Amino acid sequence: MLAYYLDLALRSLKRNKMLTALMVLAIAVGIGASMTTLTVMHLLSGDPLPGRSQHLFYPQVDPSPDPNPRHQPFDMMDYRSAMDLWSAHRADRQALIARATLKLRAPEVSQPPLMVRTLATTTDFFPMFDAPFRYGQGWNADDDAQRARVAVISDDLNRKLFGGADSVGRTLRLKDSDVRIVGVLAPWRPSPVFYDVAGGRFSNGDTASFYGKPEDVLMPFNTGQDVNADGFDVFTCWSTGGSKQLQSSPCVWVSLWVQLDSAAKVREYAGFLAGYSTQQKTLGRFVHADNTKLHSLMQWLDFNRVVPSDVRLQAWLAFAFLAICLFNTVGLLLAKFLRRAGEIGVRRALGATRRAVFAQCLVEAGLLGLLGGVGGWLLTMVGLWLISRQPVEYADLAHLDASMFVTTFVLAVVVSLLAGALPALRASRVAPGLQLKTL
Amino acid sequence: MEIRPILSSLRRHKITAFLLVLEIALTCAIVCNAVFLISQRLERMHMPSGIAEHELIQIQLANLGLRADAKARTLEDLAALRQIAGVTEVGLASQLPFGNASSNNDMRLDPTQKLATLNAAMYTGQNLLQTMGTQLVAGRNLRDDDFRDDDEVNKAAASGNAIGQAFPQVLVITQAMAERLWPGENALGRQLYLGKTPLTVVGVVAHLVRPNNFSQGTENSIVVPIAMKAGDGSNYLIRTASQDRERVLKAALAKLKALDPKRVILQKRTWDEVRHEFFQDDRAMTGILAGVCLALLVVTALGIVGLGSFWVAQRRRMIGVRRALGATRANILHYFQTENFLLATIGIALGMVLAYGINLFLMLHYELPRLPAIYLPVGALLLWLLGQLAVLGPALRAAAVPPVVATRSV
Repeated sequence: MLAYYLDLALRSLKRNKMLTALMVLAIAVGIGASMTTLTVMHLLSGDPLPGRSQHLFYPQVDPSPDPNPRHQPFDMMDYRSAMDLWSAHRADRQALIARATLKLRAPEVSQPPLMVRTLATTTDFFPMFDAPFRYGQGWNADDDAQRARVAVISDDLNRKLFGGADSVGRTLRLKDSDVRIVGVLAPWRPSPVFYDVAGGRFSNGDTASFYGKPEDVLMPFNTGQDVNADGFDVFTCWSTGGSKQLQSSPCVWVSLWVQLDSAAKVREYAGFLAGYSTQQKTLGRFVHADNTKLHSLMQWLDFNRVVPSDVRLQAWLAFAFLAICLFNTVGLLLAKFLRRAGEIGVRRALGATRRAVFAQCLVEAGLLGLLGGVGGWLLTMVGLWLISRQPVEYADLAHLDASMFVTTFVLAVVVSLLAGALPALRASRVAPGLQLKTL
Repeated sequence: MEIRPILSSLRRHKITAFLLVLEIALTCAIVCNAVFLISQRLERMHMPSGIAEHELIQIQLANLGLRADAKARTLEDLAALRQIAGVTEVGLASQLPFGNASSNNDMRLDPTQKLATLNAAMYTGQNLLQTMGTQLVAGRNLRDDDFRDDDEVNKAAASGNAIGQAFPQVLVITQAMAERLWPGENALGRQLYLGKTPLTVVGVVAHLVRPNNFSQGTENSIVVPIAMKAGDGSNYLIRTASQDRERVLKAALAKLKALDPKRVILQKRTWDEVRHEFFQDDRAMTGILAGVCLALLVVTALGIVGLGSFWVAQRRRMIGVRRALGATRANILHYFQTENFLLATIGIALGMVLAYGINLFLMLHYELPRLPAIYLPVGALLLWLLGQLAVLGPALRAAAVPPVVATRSV
């Protein structure tokens, strides 16, 4: 039966090639635009650590002297708060993070010095964030405590300096200190670089920079303090002046991530955080005692509105565009089916049920959708290729994965069936008698 | 032209007519808003900076930690750069318009007030105003004796003071900021507090845009006389005639390398490049929006052509009868044109309401201003034109139907 309907549909589509091409093109362009933007949305709004993200939390306290009761805690922590919380070891795993750009040379390789983005963090960083190793491994808690001069480097940097060979044991000169490579990461591209996300609410939707590449050199937090002293990137300061020493300055520049494996532990940690804040208020260091936050990873990304507003706007536009293409297709299909009223009348008179006519029309619409889907898929590939050539941080992420490939065709067929439903219904209502009379 | 027969014939094609109206409405609404978005982006891309953009060069050095003799080296660099033929001014800048990072401060009119009056970007660096070429509208530029060394300022601040000779005493603000702080009054001689430090306004410049963060006031910028050292991430700013920029940039780089071969240069570009790079996202978005508008108009036009052709084909007989009864070709042509005009008008009316709705949504989520009323009549005109152009083909075909068709049975 279906084969017969398909044959009918093909005949009908061939009869007016121009109109068919127009409809397929409309569907293809609509699908292409929507799927391109949807794929980008899918890539940018996904969970960067599926399966683990629900256990990761971002504690915040508020050291600001600003008496405004609506003051939001800063997006990072001052050195003392971060160290206090970290030293308490109340979480299953925890990592301190501070960022800096440093001059780097590899004494064993003859290359001009580079400026590289570095991360000072603690040993749990690697297991907590599932950072994959190609060679060697991370440092351990002793290295953290003993300020060991060790480092883990990215796959990118390893290729650039050592041609991708096993560089464990080699030495790098960071600023004026030597560090020994103990591990090389495998290619790792979390999207976004979630552990670096902060300040999204101040960026006015211009958040593409969260989707850059992870840092090239990672070293123990205390080692970083020795190597780099006061050169870390500062998020903001709550008063000007003060100490020039970063560790005692009125500035926030350290982030703390904690892993809490059960709901009870989350509650316990939130309590600990509140307790710490109250204690600091009694000590006179904090003004806001109750201003603590414990966002989960996904909540934190949401709070920072990580998906760039341009990307969201493009998605809205694309779907509005698809809607217009849909209206267009409905109108054209209606025209097409009703023009064949005579033929449908004959078929009805010969015994075809309304349901059969309806199904025939829908098969034709579905076939259009499938053709439009193929076109849409090709256009999506073109669209993603265009995006990968844009000067945006997430350009290299743009690709069509299997689920999005399937979605393209599902969307195309669903859209065309939707578009075909009304015209098919009208066609199936054709009164056979009236049509036969005019023949 | 009699409208009633058109309406009664449209009533027999309610759904198709309704779809066409809906398509026109949606297109009208989206195109109005998209064009408005484009105009906003264009306005942003052409935001005046207040500086002599076509004459400036930026050279940014990496922060490699300061050496003991950093101050002497900075002076040496500045002197060397000034000697290059064609260079008119050389300055040092902590941050610059259209940069990607920014240093901002809360400003208060009274040091005891709890909430800041406004947030401003703070520019510091020797000879900065003169090099940037800002236009002074009142008072004076900063002088050498206004400047304080950043080390001294930091040392004084670390000891808990906020007032004293170690701190800068004066500042220059923008006209926009003066107007906001003291509307209609003279800003010169007024005091403004940076933290707890009082600064007296000695100059007002016409324009000086902040590095970024435009939502907090595009021109909330202050220039404070603090002298810095190169090598803590600050920028050398060089001014020269616009045709000399490439040559001066090369010479400046060679000089800086000769003075200290070890330093790492992060940025070396003319100001036209700075602007180009800063607004590249906006440019890309403008292109996308324009493309979408065009595609929407084409799709809608195709829809009108498609349905128009269908209706003409369906009414061949009716047209034949009318022609046989004495209607001229022009009558038939006008019939279809009027029909399209009616549908477009309904669509446009609906589209206006929709455009307004979409604008409200955008205002809520994208901090966009209200859609200016002028967009609506222009959008309407555009869609009327589009409709008339699209229907012309089918209408001409209808007009060409010979009267003899009336006598044939399909």
